Formats: sequence, structure tokens, C-alpha cells
Amino acid sequence: MGWFKRMTEGIRTPTTEKKETPEGLWYKCRSCNHVVSSEEHANSLWVCEKCAYHERISSLQYFQVLFDNNRYTEINPHMISGDPLSFEDTKKYADRLQASIRKTGLHDAVRTAAGNVNRKKVVVACMDFQFIGGSMGSVVGEKIARAIDYAIEHNSPFILISKSGGARMMEAAFSLMQMAKTSAKLTQLSEKKIPYISMLTDPTTGGVTASFAMLGDVNIAEPGALIGFAGPRVVKETIGKELPEGFQTSEFVLEHGFLDFIVDRKNLKERIGQFLSLIKN
Amino acid sequence: MAVYLEFEKPIQELQEQLENQKQVKEKSKLKSDDSIKELEQRLIETKKEIYAGLSPWQKVQVSRHPERPYTLAYINAITGGDFIELHGDRGVRDDKAMVGGFGSIDGKTFMFVGQQKGINTKMRQYRNFGMANPEGYRKALRLFRLAEKFNKPIVCFIDTPGAFPGLEAEERGQGEAIARNIYEMFNLKVPVIAIVIGEGASGGALGIGVADKVLMMEYTWYSVISPESCSSILWRSWDYKEIAADALKLTSDNMLGNGLIDGIIKEPIGGAHSNHVEAFESVKAEIIKQYDSLKRLKPEVRVNNRIEKYSSMGVFVEGD
Ligand SMILES: [Zn+2]
Repeated sequence: MGWFKRMTEGIRTPTTEKKETPEGLWYKCRSCNHVVSSEEHANSLWVCEKCAYHERISSLQYFQVLFDNNRYTEINPHMISGDPLSFEDTKKYADRLQASIRKTGLHDAVRTAAGNVNRKKVVVACMDFQFIGGSMGSVVGEKIARAIDYAIEHNSPFILISKSGGARMMEAAFSLMQMAKTSAKLTQLSEKKIPYISMLTDPTTGGVTASFAMLGDVNIAEPGALIGFAGPRVVKETIGKELPEGFQTSEFVLEHGFLDFIVDRKNLKERIGQFLSLIKN
Repeated sequence: MAVYLEFEKPIQELQEQLENQKQVKEKSKLKSDDSIKELEQRLIETKKEIYAGLSPWQKVQVSRHPERPYTLAYINAITGGDFIELHGDRGVRDDKAMVGGFGSIDGKTFMFVGQQKGINTKMRQYRNFGMANPEGYRKALRLFRLAEKFNKPIVCFIDTPGAFPGLEAEERGQGEAIARNIYEMFNLKVPVIAIVIGEGASGGALGIGVADKVLMMEYTWYSVISPESCSSILWRSWDYKEIAADALKLTSDNMLGNGLIDGIIKEPIGGAHSNHVEAFESVKAEIIKQYDSLKRLKPEVRVNNRIEKYSSMGVFVEGD
């Protein structure tokens, strides 16, 4: 249990909240151009009050939506990626990582934490799209794996909020194997009969869809999210014609049988609480 | 007509000279075949030399060589024809890009599953270029469960440029199908051996690739993306495929060096396409060897080892 000791040392309770969105005064909806004050926008959980467009938000914002009194303990907050292949494209991966860390204030594309949702202890993993497109490399895989270990250790339900373009190319096959690693851990969670809620948000594609995101006891999604395996551009190139209206939206994926329900962000906490009660009682 | 890759030109020239000499000998009824022997020797040396110095991109080209043996060729040869192909996912249809069935090696029954590429233009279409739809992965899962039910070990042959990125594939849940297979393969109690015999592209490969022993044939590749797509995404141009092939560390020796596979199966001199029979023999011998060691373990130990193996993959820094 070497890692567990390290993990315990890595736990911290955040004292300051960092918001991903710049602290501008106004927010203009990307979908309908409706303008509200940033404060109001935050009060409506970053969902447009006029058209219900769900803005892409960060792990800290989801934690704020979910955890009681925004209290939680982060697990392995400092883990950062190695560069196993000394990968270089137009930029060195090592430099790309450093730049992303500086720019976003994040360490990688997932944050994991334990806390209470409606007074029930849960473990939540939440991806950050801002960090190299929410791509899954070794850190994402390892942090999810350890969060699952933590959930097993504490017999806590596990909630994973996906928001990712897929596997991280700069870690090549190491990234690919994170699909296997996270799925392997989920079999252990399932063995213990611990509930796993997979929440898919905009966007969830590629290797993330083809592994943990589709493996929930229940798969749920926010409205209007892009969810798919192949990206829409690739599908369009394959079929050589325009894609049908609403293709690869949450609603489309629900209709085809791969989601259990779609939930508005304002109801998310309550629905999760309700589901966990129904499982438990 | 044999197909030669660009860097195989010296091989082609020698091969043609050799054919000519043989014809000359035939016609003139000459006794001496010294020049033929010499040419044959030179051909072997040239093949060895060229294949010893292949770049990662050239290995990718070899992995796609149209005369390389494909899954069904391996299965038929290895089982000596004692193979019954099984069809269908029991839901949508029979996916021709994914094949499988029971077959025997030296009297022992295995379940074989693999992506299948076509051997000519018409068959390539029929096999959808080895790109399975969700029903292909669900057919594979059905066959895995059948193997489990009758306690038969599983051998998977991986050879795919990727899972099919089509509209119907999305409608029928390509992501879910692959995810389900990866997940369920961790629950299999029977021994599972996976062998990359050509292309091992991303989730499409991994969807039948979770195994106790994952082996790559010498001149194959396995990664998260093809070098061409990697080039187009990261360099925003198709022109960097050689550099991408290098950067991805997708060759068998790199994959073994990085601890992401368990072994390499040597190919015949000049690659599997230049000597099918020898390639079949090597693969068969390797399957028997791996199975003999895996069958000694208790099922729980195999499952546990499988989970542990994949759980330890990844490179990261703990941080302060
Ligand atoms: Zn709006």
C-alpha cells in the first residue's frame, strides 16, 4: 500500500476557491447571446437562464455544484505527468505540459475528491477540458484508478464527470492503456457492489467514451452535450455527407439507448442524491 | 504478381534475377546452378540487411503489406483446418470485419477471435478494411462468453486500422461496445492471449486486446493513433507521418521496452509476407508456449495478474 501513504500525504482541503472563468462583470451566452452579470450566471450554475445552454465548466465548479457546502478533500492534487516518450511534435510535450499548468493552474486534466453529496459520502472524479482538451494520459488514468481504490476503501459511491477529447496522443500507447487500466479498476468497484455513476458532459469523445464514460451502472448526461466515439468531423469525412441535425448530442445518445437520463445542472445534485438513496435503501 | 514496398526494390531486383536464372537453367538444361545458389544467398543477405534497418514508418508499411497473412489465414493454418467459424452478434448482424470461432491446436480447443482484412479489392470492401462496427465487438464478446462457458482459452488476432467511424456505428454505440469488451475481458477466467499480427490501432485494437499475454509480431505497430492521423492532428498536415511514426514509439521493440506488451514474435527473414508458413509456425509455437504457462495458474490469479498488469501502466510524478 505504498501509494496509499503517499495519497494520504497528498490530501488537502482547499481553502481558496479558484474560478476558471475570468472575473469579468458580464457573461454573454455562447448559444443565444443573452447577457447576464457573472454573479447571476454563477448563481444559475453557469447555465443560461434564457436558453438553458450549459456552459462548459471546470472541476472546481462541478465540485461547487455537488459537494455540500463546497467542502471536500482532494486526492493526489499534485500528481503531474511524466514524459515517457520524450514526445515532440510542433512543440515539446514537456513544454506543452508546463505551459498548460501555468495557464490553467491545474496539474492535469482530472481532479479527484472525497466529500458529501446530500450528506452521503462519495468520491468524485471530474475532468477539466481546459487542460490539453481534457485528454487522458497517465495522470488521468492513475488518478481515476486511485479514486476508485479510495471509493472501495471507504465503501463510497463513485461519480465520474467526463469532459474529454479522448486519449492524449503525446503519451501514445501509454494513453491507450489508461482505457484498460480504468476499466480494470471499475471491475473491482463493481465486485464490491459499490455504485458508479458516469456523467457525460460536453464534450465526451474518443477513448474516454470507449472506456469509463460508458461503463456506469447508470450513464447520465447534461443536455446538449457532444457525446460520441469518433468526432463529428471524422464521421462526416467517412460518410461523405452532412450529418443529421442533433447527431451525437446527449438527446441522440439517450434515444439510441446509451444513456439512462439527461439531467439539468440545477437538478444534478438532487438526482444523484435520489439515485444513491434508492440504491441504498 | 508479388507486391514490393519502395525500400524492397533491391529485394525485387534480386528476386527477378533469380527467376531469370532459373528459367535459363531450365531451358538450357545446364547442370551447374552455382549462380542460382549465389543469388539465393545474396537475396537472403539483402533481406536481412534491409529488414534490420527498417525505420518505424517502414515497419508500419510492412504491417500493412497486402500479402501479409490475415487472421483467418493464421487460424486455418494453426488449426490445420479444424476450425468452425461462428457468426453474428445476435442483435444487429454479422460483422465481416470481425471473425471468430472454435478451433483446435494439437487436439486442444481454443476460441479464436480477430479482425479480418480482405485479400483483394472486392474482399477489402466486404471486410470493411478490417474496421469493425459495434456489432463486431459484440460478436467478439459473445464468443468470449461462449469460450468462458466451455472453459476454452481465447486467442485474439489484432489487425485493424481502427474501429469504424461511421454514422451507424455511432448510433449503435461504438464507444460503449469497445468499453464493454475492455471491461468484460478483465472478468474472463480463461487464459487470454492477444497477438498483433498487423495494425494495432487504438481503441479498435484494444476492444479485443485485453489479455494475460499481449504479443506483437516483429514488424507490426500498436498505438493510440495511426501515424497519418497523428500527423494531421498535431502537425496539421499529412506530411509528418514518418516523424509521427517515430514519435509514437509504436514498434514492437519500443512497446516491449516500455512494458506495454509482453513479448515479440520474430518474423521470417523479409517479413511475414515473404514466408507465410514460417510465420504460421512461429505464431502457433508461441500460442502453445504461452498457453502452457498460463494454464498452470488458478483463474483468480490470472484475473488478478491481468488487472495488476494494466493498473501499473503509466508514467507520472507524484508531486509535492
Ligand atoms: Zn442562452
